[in-house]
Amino acid sequence: MSQRFSARAVLGGSALLLVAAIVLGAVSGAYAISLSQLWNVLTTLGQGADKSPEHLVFLNIRLPRLLLGVAAGAGLGMAGTLMQGLFRNPLADPGLVGISSGAALAAGVTIVLGASLWPSLPRTLGSWTLVLMAFGGGLCVTLLIYGLSRSEGGTRMALMLLAGIAVNALAGAGLGFLSVMATDEQLRSLQFWLLGSLGGARWSAVLLVAAAVLAACVAARSLAAPLNAIALGEAQAALLGVDVERIKRRAVVVTAVAVGAVTATTGIIGFIGLIAPHWVRMVAGPDHRVVLPASALLGAALVLCADTVARTAMAPAELPLGVLTAFIGVPMFLWMLRRFRGRI
Amino acid sequence: MTASAVNMPRDPMALSCAGVAVRIGEKTLLADATVELAAGRVTAILGPNGAGKSTLLSVLAGQRAPTQGRVTLDGRPLEAHGMPALALRRALMPQESAVAFDFTAQEIVALGRYPHRRAPGRDEDAIVEEAMALTDVSALAGRVLNTLSGGEKSRAHMARALAQLWHSRPDGASRWLLLDEPTAALDLAHQHSAMRLLREWAGRGVGVVTVLHDLNLARRYADEVVVLGGDAGGPVQGPAAEVLQPALIERVWRTPCQPVTSADGTVQYLFG
Repeated sequence: MSQRFSARAVLGGSALLLVAAIVLGAVSGAYAISLSQLWNVLTTLGQGADKSPEHLVFLNIRLPRLLLGVAAGAGLGMAGTLMQGLFRNPLADPGLVGISSGAALAAGVTIVLGASLWPSLPRTLGSWTLVLMAFGGGLCVTLLIYGLSRSEGGTRMALMLLAGIAVNALAGAGLGFLSVMATDEQLRSLQFWLLGSLGGARWSAVLLVAAAVLAACVAARSLAAPLNAIALGEAQAALLGVDVERIKRRAVVVTAVAVGAVTATTGIIGFIGLIAPHWVRMVAGPDHRVVLPASALLGAALVLCADTVARTAMAPAELPLGVLTAFIGVPMFLWMLRRFRGRI
Repeated sequence: MTASAVNMPRDPMALSCAGVAVRIGEKTLLADATVELAAGRVTAILGPNGAGKSTLLSVLAGQRAPTQGRVTLDGRPLEAHGMPALALRRALMPQESAVAFDFTAQEIVALGRYPHRRAPGRDEDAIVEEAMALTDVSALAGRVLNTLSGGEKSRAHMARALAQLWHSRPDGASRWLLLDEPTAALDLAHQHSAMRLLREWAGRGVGVVTVLHDLNLARRYADEVVVLGGDAGGPVQGPAAEVLQPALIERVWRTPCQPVTSADGTVQYLFG
């Protein structure tokens, strides 16, 4: 805790980690690509003449998956930081408080019931409908949790986590109910939401998520300085001239956009929003102007590394990504609970 | 001093409230308060527990809207100034402030400069350092605020309030430093150095309004006092030496009070 690194060192370090994770993810997999082949593919990208197998694998399979991983990790890391700043609470993870499950439940309803409830819409708007529904689900849960757990001196940690348990239980039950009604094909899609995976990386979906996360990250930049002031308490922040209500509304919407878009495409990837900001704060201190961008970079690197392990550890079988992040995240969460138990 | 007080402020640069009451449900936190504060003076808000001292301070800061009555600054309603504009010229040091995350003392003091971030001076870092030196927290700069003692924390928050008001306003607008029991957690030496610091800032034209429990500090350092919770129905305001008579003190605080004159000629009180 005592040794802190400069903003430049932390941001540079996280960016380097992300580049390393991208390269590692690009070369490893069922069809191994060597570093020199990767270089070859990258340098001849625009020419289109070479249709070597590594070229096809990289462009059609690896690259969209890498991009989806970067967008998902960045979105979740950034959203976790925003939630923690808003709740003034280091345990406010979009997965733990139920935002991800809210988004997943809304997406599940769209997959299973959308076609019968609203016959024309899902086909015309395609993946947009899913993203919008997931956004709506995430937004509702965020507002619910915030309304339940806020009190004069910030948010009550125990209330926040208990409300999260309730929402997660409801989403679990809802998804279970949907799985009974689902066709076999729909059931496979649902399985996906429950466990989280980058396996659904198709260019159309990837570009949509990347655009949503990028927009969320840009919108989040102006929230960093006000969130520092909000750490003093909402009343003190207001006395410093922060329009607290406006900042809260924006933080909630930005979080719901990022988590909704990511969850609609990858399912529930837990704990990235908890781990990334916490690790960044340990080396950089709590200044949101550093923690927000660094958590996005570190979150992206973490998701890519976890996905590379998920693809290769038990090949040709693929481990669910959400299972892997939970294996890292749960011990970490328990350790944090122990550390913060005096304040719960 | 109560309802009969004139509604037009005497001094157009004053911070004043007229007929202000604050109620939450059935509970009355503050009743019929009419107070007029002048810039360049130290005004102490005094009164027993629950008399509404902190409530009056938060109303004057614009943090809490009164249930009835009005608050004016420079002759205009306080809310008409807008919170961002007020933040440039009014700081409130809270009585107790829980800070989320492991911000260092220096980072907390630097947050006092937040309202000025759109037009930062070249000396932003120097302001933070000098403000910390004034309240004797320079040595704690790199320490995490939540690990400091109560007195150290309150000195850091006082430095934050000073940093917020550091420069006089280019348009000549009065600056206001409001403090809620700034000396409560301080040791004897820091209590007196803090009060001397407030006097210095008042000497430079800042309006200092501070809630105090220690009548001797108020008598020694305040120009004016506002006593809440007496039987007058509303606050009693006036020069410290005039208002703080043993008879009034005994009525308001229900404690026997004996004035003594200290070596420097200041009247102080013995209680009990």
